[in-house]
Order: sequence, then C-alpha cells, then structure tokens
Amino acid sequence: MNEPKPIDWSKLRGDFPILGQQINGHPLVYFDNAATSQKPRQVLDAIRRYYEHDNANVHRGVHELSNRATDAYEAARARAAKFLNARSPEEIIFTRGTTEGINLVAATWALDHLKPGDTILLTELEHHSNLVPWQMVAQRTGAKLAFIPITGDEGTLDLSRLDAQLADGVKLLSLTHISNSMAVVNPVADICARARLAGVVTVVDAAQSAGHLPLDVQSIGCDFLAFSSNKICGPTGMGVLYGRRELLEKLSPYQGGGEMISKVEYFKTTYNVPPHRFEAGTPHIEGAVGLHAALDYLDAIGRDAIFRHDQELANYAAERLAEFKGIRIFGPKRGRAGLVSFVLPNAHALDVATMADQKGVALRAGHHCNQPLMAKLGVPATLRASFYFYNTRAEVDRFIEVLRGVVKLLGS
Amino acid sequence: MTIEKLTSNFELLGDWEERYGYLIDLGKKLPGLPDADKVEENRVHGCQAMVWLRMSRDTQNPALIRIRADSDAFIVRGLISVLMILFDGKTADEITAADVKSVFSRLGLDQHLSPTRKNGLFAMTERIRTLARGLAIEQNVANN
Ligand SMILES: Cc1ncc(COP(=O)(O)O)c(C=O)c1O
Repeated sequence: MNEPKPIDWSKLRGDFPILGQQINGHPLVYFDNAATSQKPRQVLDAIRRYYEHDNANVHRGVHELSNRATDAYEAARARAAKFLNARSPEEIIFTRGTTEGINLVAATWALDHLKPGDTILLTELEHHSNLVPWQMVAQRTGAKLAFIPITGDEGTLDLSRLDAQLADGVKLLSLTHISNSMAVVNPVADICARARLAGVVTVVDAAQSAGHLPLDVQSIGCDFLAFSSNKICGPTGMGVLYGRRELLEKLSPYQGGGEMISKVEYFKTTYNVPPHRFEAGTPHIEGAVGLHAALDYLDAIGRDAIFRHDQELANYAAERLAEFKGIRIFGPKRGRAGLVSFVLPNAHALDVATMADQKGVALRAGHHCNQPLMAKLGVPATLRASFYFYNTRAEVDRFIEVLRGVVKLLGS
Repeated sequence: MTIEKLTSNFELLGDWEERYGYLIDLGKKLPGLPDADKVEENRVHGCQAMVWLRMSRDTQNPALIRIRADSDAFIVRGLISVLMILFDGKTADEITAADVKSVFSRLGLDQHLSPTRKNGLFAMTERIRTLARGLAIEQNVANN
C-alpha cells in the first residue's frame, strides 16, 4: 500500500459553492452540520445530469429512459450497500431519512413481534426520532420502555448494568451511534454483540455517524441501521435503512402501493421481495442519484480522515471554549465526535445564536430534539457548533471571537 | 416611552451591535412577570426561549388593556418591551389597528417578525391581537 496523499482540505472546500457567501456582511461560518451538511458541486452536477439526460420513472417502462433511471436507482442501492459493507444491495431500503427508517422498523418488526410486558431498550441520549416511534409502539403493543443511563455532563453511557438490563425482557434495543448533542461515540459493536447474545434485535441510529466515520454493518453486527442523506453531502428527503436479510425476508410490508407488490387482485396482494416490499410508490430517484455521488465523494476523501479532521476541530473548539468563564461544555473529555454543545452562564442560547448570526456564524440553539436529555442535564437549551471536513481552524477562531463579542454585549 | 421616541433612539444607533445592545438593555429593564404567572396557561409557544404573556383590563379604565410578558432570553425580553410600548395601555381597537410590521421595519427589526423565526415575536403579536379582540367583545357585551 502507498502512503495516503495528504488531503488538501481547502481545495475540497472549494467544491461547496454555498460556503463562499457573506451573511449579514460577514463571511459565512457554517457550524450547523449536524442538522444538515452542505452539498458539493459533484452532487449538484449528478442531479442535474440525471434530469437533463436520464429522467423517467423506475421499474416500469421498457423504454430507454426508464431503463436508465432504474439502473441509476439500483446502482445507488449497490453503492449504499458497499458504503455500509452490507452483504448485498437487497439489504438496503431507501427511505426519506433516519426518522423514516426507524419508523419503518417500528411499524413492521416491532408491531409484528412485541407483546405486552416485552421491553424496548433505548438510551437516555436518543434523538426524538429514536424515542417517539418507540413510545408509539409501546402504546400499541403494551411493551415497556427502558433506558441505558448516561453518566453526567460527559454523556457517556453507563454500560455496567447492560447485561442485566438486556436480560430483563428486552426484545429490541435501539440506540444512537453518535449523540447529536453530547458528541459521544457509543461502542455499538460491543453493545450489539451483547444484545445478540441475549437474543435482542438491534437498531442503530447512524444519523450522526454515517459519512463521519467508517461504518461496517457486519462488524457492528446490528440488525438494522438508519441514516439520512442530507447530513452527509447528499440531497434532502433521502435516507437509507439497512436491514439484515434474514429479518427483512420475514418482515411485513410498511406502506402499500405500487412497486411493493408482485401480484395484486381485488381482494388480495402478494408482496414483492425485499427491499422493494418496503418502497411503495415512486421513489426519490434524484435523491438516490445524488446520494450515490455523495458516497463516492466521501469515500474519495476517506471517512477515517474525515473523522480525524472533525474531531481535531471539535477538540480545538472545546479547548478554546474553555477560556470562557463559567462555561459548561458537554461531551466526553476523550474521543469526542465532531461537535460541541455548551451553555454560557447567564446567556440564553437563543440570544447568543441570534447575535452570532448577525456576524455570519451559523450555530444551533435549542434542545436539538433531545428534550428529555436536556431536562436530565437541567438546561432549557444548549448551543451547538457542529463541524464537517470543509470547516477550518480559522473558522473556529472566528467563532470564538464572535462569541466574545456576543458575551460582552449580553453583559454576562 | 413612545414609539416615536424609540424609533428616533434607534436611528441614532449605528451598527447592529449598538442596536442589539440597546434592545438587550430594554430587555433587562423589562419588569417581567412574577414566578406565579410563569405557568403553562400563560405560555406562548413557537419560541425557542420560554415566553409568558398575561393580558387584563386596566382596573381604573376597563377600556384599556394591560399587557405583561416575560422571557428567559434577553433579546426576546427586548422585543417584548417594544411590543409593550406599542400595545400596553391601549384600547382593543388601537391594538388591532396598530401597524406592527412598519414599526419593526423602521427599527430594523422586521426580520424578527416572520412566523418562521423561532423568537416568539410573531406568536406573541398574534396572541395579543386575539386576546384583545376577545376582551373587546366582552367589553361591548358589558356595555350593551
Ligand atoms: C442522532 C439523530 N437521529 C435522528 C435524526 C433524524 O434525522 P432526520 O430528521 O434526517 O430523519 C437526527 C437528525 O438531527 C439525529 O441527529
């Protein structure tokens, strides 16, 4: 193997047309990547090329354009399988995003299998997308919810009682890989292995990890894994649900409609095989095409390198933020993912984010769809700066400088 | 303070920092609400900060409407102060007729008035107007 060439991050940044602009007269510093990432020209071009040359509906026509659209759509599926190291493209279901992926598992596997008294195990870190669907399932099936606790402001999971928790009637475990507010990277392979020993089906929410670190569903050993395209340079409204083939084959359909059938009569239908069984209606073809280009783009950089880059920025930001008196910084001291959440004393997150925006710095303020976690930490809201590979140390410096000005203005 | 005075104060301020600084000062001076009034029924939703609003008829002159509001964020408190100058102690008709939009745009704060902004200003304005209409109807009923 050759030594990998050093990566020219600033050249990569040049692929993102949106980043060159001014906001309120200041250069944009986009630090809201955990909510959505920006898109490189390569992805925009792929979508444009698809519409200019190949657009038609998939799996339906015999004409040339329909064949091309179908090929493009299925090529994206194969690409996604490779991205996750799934055993085959049949294990890849296209969705609207992480939320739909989790809801699909909830509406199929969980409703089919859970009975009163069964337990769904989650963690205290979960995004509403990986909490509310299970509350709904619990209500309909009579199953209970239980939570793996966190250890405090660092946000790491307390796994000391995991085996005992798993043994307590748990049928399904769903957990996030990386916390969108605590920047914790959970040891999902270890947790899934212990769950498998206990006969528990596992779901991994990879919304914050896909596109940020190498993902291999076989070495993680999960049964399901969901992510969103929009957070990893791909188009919005698109997502991937990986499902282990053995489970998908036995799964009930999700929504009914075209594409998901093999034979329809007036009173009954035979369903299509996976993954098509779970993709009713005309799919987001342009989304698949754009996602394909995004996955190519990310892998050309290397997800290992991306993780190291983002982690370095996050560590640097956390170190600079520690200069603020009385600040409370969340997340682990070591092994932080590429984001940092914090609370400034006597400064409301909304005030800070509103004024930072006046200086062109895009931050997220709020509960980050983690209301129960915020309640547990005893804060109404936090500020969050989240990074991607096109962000720079100079931007972190700028962010700190802007923050100083804001704190001064707030007189806190 | 009158809205004319506020506008001319704002015009004297140069950049956004001075204007936000002024808004934050207004916010800090806002009397706010006692904790007992910071309850769910007074909550105004649609804001990332907490916002509470109470409206009642003036005890001396029931034709006038009194407004008290509070928030845990200073900018929101500042925006509340502006709304108070516009609306507090006015009649329901004056409240419904006030051109909030043009006032905020003269202050250079109109961007905050959009329903998609999460600062609660839009929601508060709507709430004040709805409650004012309700109080006006009660008042008419009482007078007839
Ligand atoms: C950890 C986590 N899970 C789930 C989601 C939901 O993703 P989407 O809204 O794209 O479905 C997010 C998005 O913020 C997230 O950060």
